[in-house]
Amino acid sequence: MVTWTDFERATIQDIFSKIDYDIVGPDALSRCLIVYPWTQRYFGSFGNLYNAAAIASNPKVAAHGKVVLGGLEKALKNMDDIKQAYADLSVLHSEKLQVDPDNFKLLADCLTIVVASQLGKDFTPEVHAAFAKFLAVVVAALRKQYH
Amino acid sequence: MLSKKEKQLIREIWERLTPVAEDIGADALLRMFASYPGTKTYFSHLDIGPGSAHLSSHGKKIVLAIAEGAKDISQLTVTLAPLQTLHAYQLRIDPTNFKLLSYCLLVTLACYMGEGFTPEAHAAIDKFLSAFSAVLAEKYR
Repeated sequence: MVTWTDFERATIQDIFSKIDYDIVGPDALSRCLIVYPWTQRYFGSFGNLYNAAAIASNPKVAAHGKVVLGGLEKALKNMDDIKQAYADLSVLHSEKLQVDPDNFKLLADCLTIVVASQLGKDFTPEVHAAFAKFLAVVVAALRKQYH
Repeated sequence: MLSKKEKQLIREIWERLTPVAEDIGADALLRMFASYPGTKTYFSHLDIGPGSAHLSSHGKKIVLAIAEGAKDISQLTVTLAPLQTLHAYQLRIDPTNFKLLSYCLLVTLACYMGEGFTPEAHAAIDKFLSAFSAVLAEKYR
Protein backbone atom coordinates (compact mmCIF):
# COMPACT_ATOMS: atom_id res chain seq x y z
CA MET A 1 0.00 0.00 0.00
CA VAL A 2 1.42 3.33 -1.00
CA THR A 3 0.88 6.16 1.42
CA TRP A 4 0.99 9.73 0.21
CA THR A 5 1.70 12.73 2.38
CA ASP A 6 -0.49 15.80 1.95
CA PHE A 7 2.48 17.55 0.39
CA GLU A 8 2.91 14.75 -2.16
CA ARG A 9 -0.77 14.66 -3.12
CA ALA A 10 -0.96 18.42 -3.49
CA THR A 11 2.33 18.61 -5.39
CA ILE A 12 1.40 15.93 -7.90
CA GLN A 13 -2.03 17.43 -8.59
CA ASP A 14 -0.37 20.82 -8.93
CA ILE A 15 2.21 19.61 -11.44
CA PHE A 16 -0.44 18.04 -13.66
CA SER A 17 -2.56 21.16 -13.51
CA LYS A 18 0.40 23.26 -14.68
CA ILE A 19 1.70 21.20 -17.58
CA ASP A 20 0.34 21.24 -21.11
CA TYR A 21 -0.42 17.60 -21.93
CA ASP A 22 -0.23 18.31 -25.66
CA ILE A 23 3.35 19.50 -25.34
CA VAL A 24 4.74 17.41 -22.49
CA GLY A 25 3.48 14.06 -23.80
CA PRO A 26 5.01 14.37 -27.28
CA ASP A 27 8.21 15.94 -25.86
CA ALA A 28 8.72 13.15 -23.36
CA LEU A 29 8.15 10.35 -25.86
CA SER A 30 10.32 11.90 -28.56
CA ARG A 31 13.04 12.60 -26.01
CA CYS A 32 12.94 8.93 -24.96
CA LEU A 33 13.27 7.77 -28.58
CA ILE A 34 16.19 10.18 -29.11
CA VAL A 35 18.11 9.67 -25.87
CA TYR A 36 17.53 5.89 -25.68
CA PRO A 37 17.34 4.92 -29.36
CA TRP A 38 16.79 1.24 -28.63
CA THR A 39 13.28 2.14 -27.49
CA GLN A 40 12.48 2.76 -31.15
CA ARG A 41 12.14 -1.01 -31.51
CA TYR A 42 8.52 -0.72 -30.43
CA PHE A 43 7.64 1.88 -33.03
CA GLY A 44 8.50 0.22 -36.34
CA SER A 45 5.24 1.40 -37.87
CA PHE A 46 5.83 5.05 -37.05
CA GLY A 47 7.80 5.88 -40.17
CA ASN A 48 10.77 8.25 -40.14
CA LEU A 49 12.73 8.02 -36.87
CA TYR A 50 16.17 8.42 -38.45
CA ASN A 51 17.38 11.38 -36.46
CA ALA A 52 16.38 13.71 -33.65
CA ALA A 53 14.74 16.23 -36.00
CA ALA A 54 12.66 13.54 -37.70
CA ILE A 55 11.56 12.08 -34.37
CA ALA A 56 10.67 15.48 -32.93
CA SER A 57 8.49 16.32 -35.95
CA ASN A 58 6.95 12.87 -36.42
CA PRO A 59 3.15 13.20 -36.09
CA LYS A 60 2.69 9.58 -34.96
CA VAL A 61 5.18 10.10 -32.13
CA ALA A 62 3.35 13.26 -31.10
CA ALA A 63 -0.03 11.55 -31.16
CA HIS A 64 1.25 8.63 -29.15
CA GLY A 65 2.92 10.94 -26.65
CA LYS A 66 -0.49 12.44 -25.92
CA VAL A 67 -1.97 8.95 -25.44
CA VAL A 68 0.73 8.03 -22.93
CA LEU A 69 0.33 11.20 -20.92
CA GLY A 70 -3.43 10.74 -20.98
CA GLY A 71 -2.82 7.34 -19.43
CA LEU A 72 -1.24 9.04 -16.43
CA GLU A 73 -4.58 10.74 -15.73
CA LYS A 74 -5.85 7.37 -14.57
CA ALA A 75 -3.12 7.19 -11.95
CA LEU A 76 -3.75 10.77 -10.94
CA LYS A 77 -7.44 10.05 -10.36
CA ASN A 78 -6.79 6.79 -8.49
CA MET A 79 -3.75 7.62 -6.42
CA ASP A 80 -4.79 5.33 -3.60
CA ASP A 81 -4.94 2.22 -5.75
CA ILE A 82 -2.84 2.73 -8.84
CA LYS A 83 -2.00 -0.97 -8.93
CA GLN A 84 -5.65 -1.89 -9.46
CA ALA A 85 -6.36 0.98 -11.82
CA TYR A 86 -3.48 -0.11 -14.06
CA ALA A 87 -4.15 -3.86 -14.05
CA ASP A 88 -5.54 -3.90 -17.61
CA LEU A 89 -2.84 -1.57 -18.93
CA SER A 90 -0.21 -3.83 -17.42
CA VAL A 91 -1.68 -6.88 -19.16
CA LEU A 92 -1.83 -4.92 -22.41
CA HIS A 93 1.86 -3.95 -22.20
CA SER A 94 3.01 -7.44 -21.29
CA GLU A 95 0.81 -9.68 -23.43
CA LYS A 96 -0.01 -7.61 -26.49
CA LEU A 97 2.63 -4.90 -26.80
CA GLN A 98 5.38 -7.03 -25.23
CA VAL A 99 7.36 -4.08 -23.97
CA ASP A 100 10.41 -4.77 -21.80
CA PRO A 101 9.32 -3.19 -18.51
CA ASP A 102 12.77 -1.63 -18.01
CA ASN A 103 11.67 0.83 -20.68
CA PHE A 104 8.98 2.28 -18.41
CA LYS A 105 11.69 3.77 -16.22
CA LEU A 106 13.41 5.32 -19.23
CA LEU A 107 10.21 7.07 -20.30
CA ALA A 108 9.51 8.14 -16.71
CA ASP A 109 13.01 9.67 -16.52
CA CYS A 110 12.46 11.60 -19.75
CA LEU A 111 9.07 12.81 -18.55
CA THR A 112 10.68 14.07 -15.34
CA ILE A 113 13.26 15.98 -17.34
CA VAL A 114 10.64 17.57 -19.61
CA VAL A 115 8.58 18.65 -16.59
CA ALA A 116 11.76 19.96 -14.94
CA SER A 117 12.63 22.11 -17.93
CA GLN A 118 9.05 23.44 -18.02
CA LEU A 119 8.86 24.28 -14.32
CA GLY A 120 12.47 25.42 -13.88
CA LYS A 121 13.13 26.73 -10.38
CA ASP A 122 9.69 25.56 -9.19
CA PHE A 123 10.79 21.96 -9.71
CA THR A 124 12.56 21.94 -6.36
CA PRO A 125 14.23 18.82 -4.94
CA GLU A 126 11.12 18.15 -2.82
CA VAL A 127 8.71 18.56 -5.74
CA HIS A 128 11.03 16.42 -7.85
CA ALA A 129 11.08 13.66 -5.23
CA ALA A 130 7.27 13.64 -4.98
CA PHE A 131 6.90 13.43 -8.76
CA ALA A 132 9.55 10.70 -8.97
CA LYS A 133 7.69 8.68 -6.31
CA PHE A 134 4.44 9.00 -8.26
CA LEU A 135 6.09 7.79 -11.47
CA ALA A 136 7.81 4.95 -9.59
CA VAL A 137 4.41 3.76 -8.33
CA VAL A 138 3.00 3.97 -11.87
CA VAL A 139 5.95 2.01 -13.27
CA ALA A 140 5.58 -0.66 -10.57
CA ALA A 141 1.87 -0.96 -11.36
CA LEU A 142 2.64 -1.37 -15.06
CA ARG A 143 5.14 -4.12 -14.25
CA LYS A 144 2.75 -5.93 -11.94
CA GLN A 145 0.98 -8.21 -14.42
CA TYR A 146 4.12 -9.40 -16.20
CA HIS A 147 4.89 -13.04 -15.58
CA MET B 1 29.84 6.33 -28.34
CA LEU B 2 30.27 10.08 -28.56
CA SER B 3 30.49 11.87 -31.90
CA LYS B 4 32.86 14.82 -32.41
CA LYS B 5 29.82 17.11 -32.40
CA GLU B 6 28.63 15.69 -29.10
CA LYS B 7 32.06 16.04 -27.46
CA GLN B 8 32.11 19.69 -28.47
CA LEU B 9 28.58 20.26 -27.19
CA ILE B 10 29.53 18.65 -23.86
CA ARG B 11 32.70 20.77 -23.61
CA GLU B 12 30.75 23.96 -24.27
CA ILE B 13 27.96 23.20 -21.83
CA TRP B 14 30.26 22.31 -18.94
CA GLU B 15 32.41 25.38 -19.64
CA ARG B 16 29.29 27.52 -19.21
CA LEU B 17 28.45 25.71 -15.97
CA THR B 18 31.87 26.32 -14.42
CA PRO B 19 31.08 29.82 -13.07
CA VAL B 20 27.94 28.48 -11.37
CA ALA B 21 29.50 25.19 -10.27
CA GLU B 22 28.45 25.71 -6.65
CA ASP B 23 24.78 26.20 -7.47
CA ILE B 24 24.61 23.34 -9.95
CA GLY B 25 26.48 20.96 -7.67
CA ALA B 26 24.51 21.81 -4.54
CA ASP B 27 21.20 21.54 -6.41
CA ALA B 28 22.06 18.12 -7.84
CA LEU B 29 23.18 16.83 -4.45
CA LEU B 30 20.00 18.10 -2.76
CA ARG B 31 17.88 16.37 -5.40
CA MET B 32 19.79 13.15 -4.85
CA PHE B 33 19.33 13.31 -1.06
CA ALA B 34 15.60 14.03 -1.46
CA SER B 35 14.91 11.31 -4.05
CA TYR B 36 17.37 8.69 -2.78
CA PRO B 37 17.68 9.07 1.00
CA GLY B 38 20.19 6.18 1.19
CA THR B 39 22.77 8.45 -0.41
CA LYS B 40 22.79 10.65 2.68
CA THR B 41 24.65 7.91 4.53
CA TYR B 42 27.88 8.96 2.80
CA PHE B 43 27.64 12.44 4.25
CA SER B 44 27.07 11.83 7.94
CA HIS B 45 30.24 13.81 8.68
CA LEU B 46 29.03 16.93 6.86
CA ASP B 47 26.16 19.40 7.16
CA ILE B 48 24.17 18.83 3.97
CA GLY B 49 21.13 20.99 4.68
CA PRO B 50 20.02 23.39 1.94
CA GLY B 51 22.27 26.43 1.85
CA SER B 52 25.02 24.89 3.95
CA ALA B 53 28.64 25.75 3.20
CA HIS B 54 29.57 22.03 3.05
CA LEU B 55 26.92 21.40 0.42
CA SER B 56 28.12 24.28 -1.77
CA SER B 57 31.80 23.43 -1.53
CA HIS B 58 31.17 19.76 -2.12
CA GLY B 59 28.83 20.43 -5.03
CA LYS B 60 31.44 22.77 -6.52
CA LYS B 61 34.16 20.13 -6.26
CA ILE B 62 32.08 17.59 -8.11
CA VAL B 63 30.96 19.90 -10.92
CA LEU B 64 34.49 21.25 -11.46
CA ALA B 65 35.84 17.69 -11.69
CA ILE B 66 33.22 16.83 -14.30
CA ALA B 67 33.96 20.04 -16.21
CA GLU B 68 37.66 19.16 -16.18
CA GLY B 69 36.86 15.74 -17.64
CA ALA B 70 34.67 17.36 -20.29
CA LYS B 71 37.60 19.39 -21.65
CA ASP B 72 39.18 16.30 -23.19
CA ILE B 73 36.93 13.27 -23.02
CA SER B 74 39.45 11.01 -24.75
CA GLN B 75 41.77 11.54 -21.77
CA LEU B 76 39.26 10.68 -19.03
CA THR B 77 41.38 7.88 -17.55
CA VAL B 78 44.36 10.21 -17.21
CA THR B 79 42.38 13.17 -15.88
CA LEU B 80 40.51 11.06 -13.34
CA ALA B 81 43.44 8.95 -12.10
CA PRO B 82 43.71 10.65 -8.69
CA LEU B 83 39.94 10.63 -8.20
CA GLN B 84 39.80 6.96 -9.18
CA THR B 85 42.20 6.16 -6.34
CA LEU B 86 40.31 8.35 -3.89
CA HIS B 87 36.96 6.72 -4.64
CA ALA B 88 38.30 3.15 -4.74
CA TYR B 89 40.41 3.14 -1.61
CA GLN B 90 39.10 5.90 0.61
CA LEU B 91 35.56 6.94 -0.20
CA ARG B 92 34.40 3.51 -1.43
CA ILE B 93 31.07 4.86 -2.59
CA ASP B 94 28.98 2.09 -4.11
CA PRO B 95 29.12 2.83 -7.86
CA THR B 96 25.36 2.47 -8.29
CA ASN B 97 25.22 5.86 -6.62
CA PHE B 98 27.11 7.43 -9.52
CA LYS B 99 24.07 6.68 -11.68
CA LEU B 100 21.79 8.36 -9.16
CA LEU B 101 23.86 11.54 -9.00
CA SER B 102 24.27 11.57 -12.79
CA TYR B 103 20.50 11.46 -13.21
CA CYS B 104 20.01 14.24 -10.66
CA LEU B 105 22.59 16.33 -12.53
CA LEU B 106 20.50 15.90 -15.69
CA VAL B 107 17.40 17.13 -13.86
CA THR B 108 19.34 20.09 -12.45
CA LEU B 109 20.52 20.96 -15.95
CA ALA B 110 16.95 20.68 -17.26
CA CYS B 111 15.74 23.13 -14.60
CA TYR B 112 18.68 25.46 -15.19
CA MET B 113 18.76 25.38 -19.00
CA GLY B 114 15.02 24.99 -19.72
CA GLU B 115 14.43 24.64 -23.47
CA GLY B 116 18.19 24.81 -23.95
CA PHE B 117 18.46 21.31 -22.54
CA THR B 118 17.57 19.80 -25.89
CA PRO B 119 17.20 16.05 -26.47
CA GLU B 120 20.61 16.14 -28.20
CA ALA B 121 22.28 17.80 -25.24
CA HIS B 122 20.48 15.42 -22.87
CA ALA B 123 21.66 12.36 -24.81
CA ALA B 124 25.24 13.60 -25.08
CA ILE B 125 25.56 14.46 -21.40
CA ASP B 126 23.86 11.24 -20.30
CA LYS B 127 26.44 9.29 -22.30
CA PHE B 128 29.30 11.42 -21.00
CA LEU B 129 28.27 10.99 -17.37
CA SER B 130 27.97 7.21 -17.88
CA ALA B 131 31.49 7.09 -19.26
CA PHE B 132 32.73 9.36 -16.47
CA SER B 133 31.15 7.11 -13.83
CA ALA B 134 32.59 3.98 -15.40
CA VAL B 135 36.11 5.45 -15.42
CA LEU B 136 35.69 6.66 -11.84
CA ALA B 137 34.87 3.11 -10.71
CA GLU B 138 37.71 1.44 -12.61
CA LYS B 139 40.07 0.93 -9.68
CA TYR B 140 37.41 -0.53 -7.39
CA ARG B 141 38.34 -4.09 -8.26
